[in-house]
Amino acid sequence: MSERNNSERNNLGFIREINGPIVTIDLPGIRSGEQVKIGELGLVGEVISLNGREATVQTYESTDGVRPGEPAEGLGWPLSVELGPGLLGGIFDGIQRPLEKIALQSGDYIRRGLSLPGLDREREWEFEPNPELGPGKQIGPGTVLGTVQETETVLHKILVPPGLEGELTELAPNGDYAIEATIGHLRDKAGHSHRLKLFHRWPVRKPRPYLKRDDGISPLITGQRVIDSFFPQLKGGKGAVPGPFGAGKTVVQQQIARWSNAEIVIYVGCGERGNELVDVLETFPQLEDPYTGRKLMEKTLLVANTSNMPVVAREASIYVGLTMAEYYRDMGYDVVMLADSTSRWAEALREVSGRLGQMPVEEGYPAYLSSRLAAVYERAGRVETYDAGPGSVTLIGAVSPPGGDFSEPVTSHTKDIIETFWALSKELADARHYPSIDWVTSFSAHVHAAAEWWHKEVDRRWEARRTQALALLARDAELSRIVNLVGPEALSDAQRWQLEGASLIKEGVLQQSALDEVDTFCSPQKQFALLDLALSIYDKGMTLIELGVPVSHLQDLPQLAKVRRCKSIYNSDQVSSITDLGREIEDAFEAIRVQYAKQHSDD
Amino acid sequence: MSIKEYRTASEVRGGLILVRDTPGVAFGDRVRISDGRGGTRDGQVIRASNEEVMILVFEGTDDLDLEAVWVRFLDEPVEIALSPEILGREFNGLGEPRDGRPPILSNIRRAVGGSAINPAARSYPREFIQTGISTIDGLNSLVRGQKLPIFSGSGLPHNRLAAQIVRQAKLKDEDSSFSIVFAAMGVSYADAKFFRDEFASSGVLRNVVMFVNLADDPPVERLTLPRTALTVAEYLAYDLDRHVLVVMTDMTYYAEALREVATAKGDVPARKGYPGYLYSDLAEIYERCGRIHERHGSITMMPVVSMPSDDITHPIPDLTGYITEGQIVLSRELHNQGIYPPVHISPSLSRLMKDGIGKDDTREDHPKVAAQLYALYARALETRNLASIIGADELSERDRRYLKFADDFDQRFVGQGESEDRSIEATLNLAWELMSAFPRDSLTRLSETELAKYYQGND
Ligand SMILES: Nc1ncnc2c1ncn2[C@@H]1O[C@H](COP(=O)(O)OP(=O)(O)OP(=O)(O)O)[C@@H](O)[C@H]1O
Ligand SMILES: [Mg+2]
Repeated sequence: MSERNNSERNNLGFIREINGPIVTIDLPGIRSGEQVKIGELGLVGEVISLNGREATVQTYESTDGVRPGEPAEGLGWPLSVELGPGLLGGIFDGIQRPLEKIALQSGDYIRRGLSLPGLDREREWEFEPNPELGPGKQIGPGTVLGTVQETETVLHKILVPPGLEGELTELAPNGDYAIEATIGHLRDKAGHSHRLKLFHRWPVRKPRPYLKRDDGISPLITGQRVIDSFFPQLKGGKGAVPGPFGAGKTVVQQQIARWSNAEIVIYVGCGERGNELVDVLETFPQLEDPYTGRKLMEKTLLVANTSNMPVVAREASIYVGLTMAEYYRDMGYDVVMLADSTSRWAEALREVSGRLGQMPVEEGYPAYLSSRLAAVYERAGRVETYDAGPGSVTLIGAVSPPGGDFSEPVTSHTKDIIETFWALSKELADARHYPSIDWVTSFSAHVHAAAEWWHKEVDRRWEARRTQALALLARDAELSRIVNLVGPEALSDAQRWQLEGASLIKEGVLQQSALDEVDTFCSPQKQFALLDLALSIYDKGMTLIELGVPVSHLQDLPQLAKVRRCKSIYNSDQVSSITDLGREIEDAFEAIRVQYAKQHSDD
Repeated sequence: MSIKEYRTASEVRGGLILVRDTPGVAFGDRVRISDGRGGTRDGQVIRASNEEVMILVFEGTDDLDLEAVWVRFLDEPVEIALSPEILGREFNGLGEPRDGRPPILSNIRRAVGGSAINPAARSYPREFIQTGISTIDGLNSLVRGQKLPIFSGSGLPHNRLAAQIVRQAKLKDEDSSFSIVFAAMGVSYADAKFFRDEFASSGVLRNVVMFVNLADDPPVERLTLPRTALTVAEYLAYDLDRHVLVVMTDMTYYAEALREVATAKGDVPARKGYPGYLYSDLAEIYERCGRIHERHGSITMMPVVSMPSDDITHPIPDLTGYITEGQIVLSRELHNQGIYPPVHISPSLSRLMKDGIGKDDTREDHPKVAAQLYALYARALETRNLASIIGADELSERDRRYLKFADDFDQRFVGQGESEDRSIEATLNLAWELMSAFPRDSLTRLSETELAKYYQGND
């Protein structure tokens, strides 16, 4: 890091005590939140509390081998990230160190005390100045100075950093620049000149400013039926995916990362498995974005603090991810940030608060858990940017409740904050019904808003069909309870057909394997076609049963198997084949009706 | 710092001692403690300031007399010496021989704490390991570099299953076997002997390194034991290019030892008295497994976790499940019916199966066969449940078919001999045989092509 604190205060102190990741240092004058270098190794840490001469520091790296008496140096700035071209396609650790470069320097295992900047200093980018700007123009935070083609898909807008305002005195012509090169000068009101570069720094714990909140509505299409058609998310929304281990939280998040119509994806592996990040790293460069046809990795960046990496950096990783998300939002992009898992983030808070001897309130968590959680989710939203139109950050957090118990503190506080709740069920997962999003306990506050979009873009019957399907599923649960008490014989034919209808919804619509090449992504049109197919068959069958056709007659139709398989036979471009199948079945039913009517008149 | 001895021990509690006025002692360093009666113990610094140092004593603090204690800071981390000679040997948690033979001499010494693998250096595990066990190979396949625990309960045959896997595990169409690192924590003498005899009789002993801490050995030593064992596993895998299978039993005793020390330290408990950092601590162990770019060797891990009171939501299995790449769950109910191995497939899972099976790895129908069997079995269990309420006679013909399937599946697919080594083809063929009891149209998870090729039923 090149900037130095040039104030007169003494930056050097020494270590008093080491208690795991919590280090007490003697360094009068250091500020709360300031970054610190600890010991001979130069481990990075952050001041979290002050007490007279002493400061408590949380270190982002293991403190093994560190001794009392070793030096501690205040760096003069809070934990910040570098924002500029070169972020996309990369993988960073919880404090934005580039892991691929670290691997080159330190091999397979992460060595301590490495301080590599987030962005590449050597690489040059072709900068195209904003033609509307020129010397003499008044510019301010968020003004787009020009653009850089960061990847084939993403045009990176170079923004005036928040906090700077004044007159543009110089703007560089088109050309190749490294990120530290000066691409312009700004003179502020006081007459000071500031250099403008392709990047700037921003403290991660401070939300980036914007013009105002924006109330526009546009659904985040994820290509997952149970989400889009049943519990929809909006761009700029906040959602949670709670569930016990193995229920499918990570798969849900990875599916959203793969198939959602977001322009930028930020995937934060917070205290989870190394192999899950590798999975993304190895597959995304191969996978095609269904919206742009380009490789997914071009719009994705990863933040990784795996479960075996230091706990304290886990707490930071969420903020590091959010700050980068806000930065792309400020360019006018729709960003989705996936945080897997926010429970590990909360546990990192707990760990630090425990070592500080703070009073725990529930299950060892500190009293400020809920307010911190709320503040994190509050950074999601749809905004009007200063100079780049509307942009959004959608934040979707996985929650890992101990023992799958949703009443525990992190799940229950999260539930109060978010708008979309995709509750995963162990029973569904055990039966390999994926995604195991439980239709009874999940909810979305966005159904009406999303309906507007569906009715306009896909089909006017969307909301009615959705409601009908959920009602049928509720009926199914009721009838299953009856069967479990008195046996299936007690059911009428109509009731049996209701069970069959619910099963068509479950198997033909709700179940969607992430591993199925055809079905892994489902366009809104195909989603509605499948839902409509299942329900039309159900409706039609019901009219036949009301005419007296025995239910077994309908259950044996080979077409029903086809309805269940349909999702993996036809892809999103073959919606008309699904409608054709519907017509075929309708004809079969009609034939039964005619035949039945004839039999009856023969009697 | 020169090595100095201190007589300033000021306090002893539950495996910990505090020593005053010991300037400049490094966090995490190794300590030697003389008890003043000619005995020594080993320890590690877990909190350090110039005024006071807290030491974790691996052999425990029973009978330590503060007045008599001498403490020596060795100015080195807790390490183990490594050489190829280590194969075939047996050690305690600190890497000291337990087999009466001399210590390993080598200038390769590594700190047992390890450090985190850079996720950017990992490569995704995808090579199918055939264990010869249908419920694993067919439905919860293991791949090289995976961590797949066995969740068990007291009295269930997890040790026999682990031993069978050690005997049978091989890459498909390949003989090259694994090197085994065996880590026993808090197990009985009989269990340790069972494994030693197993390794000897199957002739793999020359390829095994054993780390043993018995139920009556000091519990604190269990905290370093898996770390020492994994340091050896890393050496075998990445220095000697071997494929290593690490069997750790029983992680529950490890976690209990951790709780004991945490309580003594006064750490804030999260659930059931276990410290909040149990997750991260377990992850430090489990995540040492995997595959690394351009390294020939690999580390596959099979920890045994016994679930206290058979409760899968207990913090130890729960947190393990949140870290590992699936779990194989044993069921007391199946065991009581005499079914071996009593694998309950519903809660069992292998997350890395998807890239290790299918056309180029096992057989093209494998992914869908697994999905279909799971769906049938889930429905069959519901039916069995229903039958237990209303009686099997009340069931429809359709339901009776499911009931029969449940029984056949348990007896024939789950149940197999302790020395029965089924090939993956045999497992899949058996699956088709069982599925063919259903009408073709009800097998909607399978594709038409697969049905045309393998379905053996009448319609
Ligand atoms: N939509 C899906 N399609 C197919 N398989 C799925 C789907 N969702 C989950 N699975 C299966 O379930 C397994 C577990 O899912 P996942 O890893 O997402 O669980 P998780 O809830 O994130 O668990 P943990 O909390 O332990 O991380 C996957 O490896 C996969 O086999
Ligand atoms: Mg997960």
